[in-house]
Amino acid sequence: MQYTLKIYRGTPQKQYWEEFEFELMSGDNVISCLMYLQKYPVNKQGKTVTPVVWEQGCLEEVCGSCSMLINGKPRQACTAIIETIIKETGSSTITLAPFTKFPLIRDLVVDRSKLLEDLKRVSAWIDSDGSFMQGFGPKISQDKQEQMYVLSTCMSCACCSEACPQVNKDSEFIGPAPISQARLFNTHPTGAMKAPARLKALMKAGGVSECGNAQNCVQVCPKEIPLTESIAAMGRDVSKQAWKDFFSSPERE
Amino acid sequence: MGKATKKVIVVGGGLAGLSCTMKLAEQGCTVDLVSLTKVKRSHSVCAQGGMNAAVNIKGEEDSPLIHAYDTIKGGDFLADQPPVVEMCLCAPKIIMMLDRLGCPFNRTAEGNIDFRRFGGTLYNRTAFCGASTGQQLLYALDEQVRRFEVQGLVKKHENHEFMRLVLDDQGVSRGIIIQDLLTLELHVMKADAVVMATGGNGMLFKYSTNSTFCTGAANGRLYLQGMKYANPEFIQIHPTAIPGKDKLRLISESIRGEEGRVWVYGDSSKTITTPEGKTIPCGKTGEPWYFLEELYPAIGNLVPRDIGSREVLRITEMGLGIDGKNQVYLDVRHLPEHIHHKLESVLDIYRKFTGEDPRKVPMKIFPGVHYTMGGGWVDFPAADDPDRWTRYRHMSNLQGCFNIGESDYLYHGANRLGANSLLSCIFSGLVAGKEVPRYLEHLTSSYAETSESAYQSALEKEAAFKKELFSRKGKENVHQLHEEMAERLVQHVTVKRTNTKLKETLEILKEIRERYQQITLGDAGKLLNQTYVFANQFKYMLEIAMAVTKGALLRDEFRGSHFKPEFPQRDDKNWLKKTIAMYDAAKDEPVISYEPVDTRHLKPIIRDYSKAKKVVPHLENIPENIALPI
Repeated sequence: MQYTLKIYRGTPQKQYWEEFEFELMSGDNVISCLMYLQKYPVNKQGKTVTPVVWEQGCLEEVCGSCSMLINGKPRQACTAIIETIIKETGSSTITLAPFTKFPLIRDLVVDRSKLLEDLKRVSAWIDSDGSFMQGFGPKISQDKQEQMYVLSTCMSCACCSEACPQVNKDSEFIGPAPISQARLFNTHPTGAMKAPARLKALMKAGGVSECGNAQNCVQVCPKEIPLTESIAAMGRDVSKQAWKDFFSSPERE
Repeated sequence: MGKATKKVIVVGGGLAGLSCTMKLAEQGCTVDLVSLTKVKRSHSVCAQGGMNAAVNIKGEEDSPLIHAYDTIKGGDFLADQPPVVEMCLCAPKIIMMLDRLGCPFNRTAEGNIDFRRFGGTLYNRTAFCGASTGQQLLYALDEQVRRFEVQGLVKKHENHEFMRLVLDDQGVSRGIIIQDLLTLELHVMKADAVVMATGGNGMLFKYSTNSTFCTGAANGRLYLQGMKYANPEFIQIHPTAIPGKDKLRLISESIRGEEGRVWVYGDSSKTITTPEGKTIPCGKTGEPWYFLEELYPAIGNLVPRDIGSREVLRITEMGLGIDGKNQVYLDVRHLPEHIHHKLESVLDIYRKFTGEDPRKVPMKIFPGVHYTMGGGWVDFPAADDPDRWTRYRHMSNLQGCFNIGESDYLYHGANRLGANSLLSCIFSGLVAGKEVPRYLEHLTSSYAETSESAYQSALEKEAAFKKELFSRKGKENVHQLHEEMAERLVQHVTVKRTNTKLKETLEILKEIRERYQQITLGDAGKLLNQTYVFANQFKYMLEIAMAVTKGALLRDEFRGSHFKPEFPQRDDKNWLKKTIAMYDAAKDEPVISYEPVDTRHLKPIIRDYSKAKKVVPHLENIPENIALPI
């Protein structure tokens, strides 16, 4: 059986669709197809073209590199098994396209730096005393570890931002992933010491209140991170923090 | 004469590069951090199982010195012992540091860090975070480095590749040439020390458990500039990988640590020799035969990786593999629900990439290329060496150029123990983080005094090679050449090696090197030209592949991951020595020499895993003045 990869390629303002045909073999995934095209970039018309460029890394869905739109859905290409997709859609044509919410560079590659930069806005780290300090950190219950671990598997792949209607060129919305990271560090006993600073960052323009509750993020997250729960939890904490700020000064606390 | 600056370049943002960057920034150095990718996407994220530290919270009388003993023995006595001992002594402190940095380690009921068993040991000494320990450790360090970035001490140069080291006329490192991977522009970057943390070289074999960044090209470039490359022939093959068309995905050793079992269907008409020399039948026909448990009753499925891979190959060569192929079963179906939960993310990897649920059907696995034990040669004066303070740990033979993490060669000898890689990466990063500032204090001049021509000539060399690569107009395809090289290496330079085939491989590599001159790039553009980037890397990958093959050809013995049926014994009389490969442009093969192994703490003993007992080893001559980097 044959199938077609229809790829939206090119550079800004010069994007076009190009089709490539493959013979279906068990174990094919989107990456193995792209690797084949890297070697033999011949399109459906039999014309040799420039190889398609894309980002890749671990190919185990832990690095977050190979994000793209596959049949319009933001996801990692490494887990996109061709046979499964054809079965699910009933179509032997699969489309690949770059993300739309980030600046396009070429073919399937966009610049997702913003997502990592936004981690700075919410101070997504523990303010440690440094590596010289000795001893273990605070004890953590098994339940809390499980909760933190799930949040901490976020690989900054940007699928959530891509799917979010509130993330667009007219908005400053920080997007689901950094909000969830703020929750992670506010959950950690040491991180919690800086919780007010993170909450204040999320009060500003582009903060948590700009979530429109479309719930798209949680549906596309490849790591099944409870992003909407994180946004709700941070929304509540931001409100509490706002009241606290209104009625008290730090000196009185 | 002036004084050196505190400006340092770190190349690579995996665990080693990030721990080093953090440590350097902590001590007031400014760091330019260069990485092929966003550092958060580095290959360290792939480590699933955990990190070893003999914290002994389970009353097993474990200790860092037993950990060192296991590491030295696991490495079949090819590792220099002082660095191993110091690493193992530091391990508990590293766990504590990561704990304070917020790394979400799995917990005991009391809220302490939990530890489990891993390959090559009888102790519960592996701390872990779900099934993505490497990812979690990397994130903890990435977050600290981001904090230093905000403070202005670290500047990241992501999507940039290291192309060349710049040495001044005294042969001292004064910077590097980098290439912007988006535009292919070349730039000079100046500093007074350079730390390489560029990982392993799994992509030589194309199909490996490594990330696609792991070409080994950075070390290859330094090797062509005169860096000594040590123990190239030692490549770890992990026994439990899932076959794949784009890569081999690892199934973590933690599966076996939690009592997952390896088996094939038995055949009582066949027999096999045990390590003790007994002949036993290959199980009962038609019933599962747990061959590792029968061959190694003491350690069972948790034999070290080299042994596991060889036994899988031996069994499948007898025709006992699944469907006659080089595949065996790894089974978790018998394990209780809470263990399945603990292993969930590993089991999910199998389900996601094969479409089968390992809770219901046994996993099919086979041995795959996994880790580069060899790498850039680096110095490591022991704590009580009289010249300890005139030498610098982790400095290569190129002055001011350090090498750490998987891209160096220390710690693992002829075979790495599971869960020691995260440890060696972080430990070496911290060591370099201490040694580099000391080196800079002693350096009596700065890069500002280096002539501009040194930088310009380095830049021009890279520009000329780029131009030449673009101008090649032959009939060869670089990806095709890569596949041919990889296929050859996988077949003849991995689990089992013979001199005839190694010789043949060396000749084939030379042919590929000739054919490489005849490539044409399928992409002539400058914007994000991945074909060019790979074609450039391939030159250096070929040279490292030659070193791997020649090192293997010359070493006529069986040690750790290096198995030659023609020479079935470890031969300490002739081969208790480290391989050193050097590049000589006038010769068509690597120049190989040898250096003695430092065995001052433990005299080589037979590496036996067939006996069921914990030994309390005695390590001699442990210095009293060891100063750990944290």
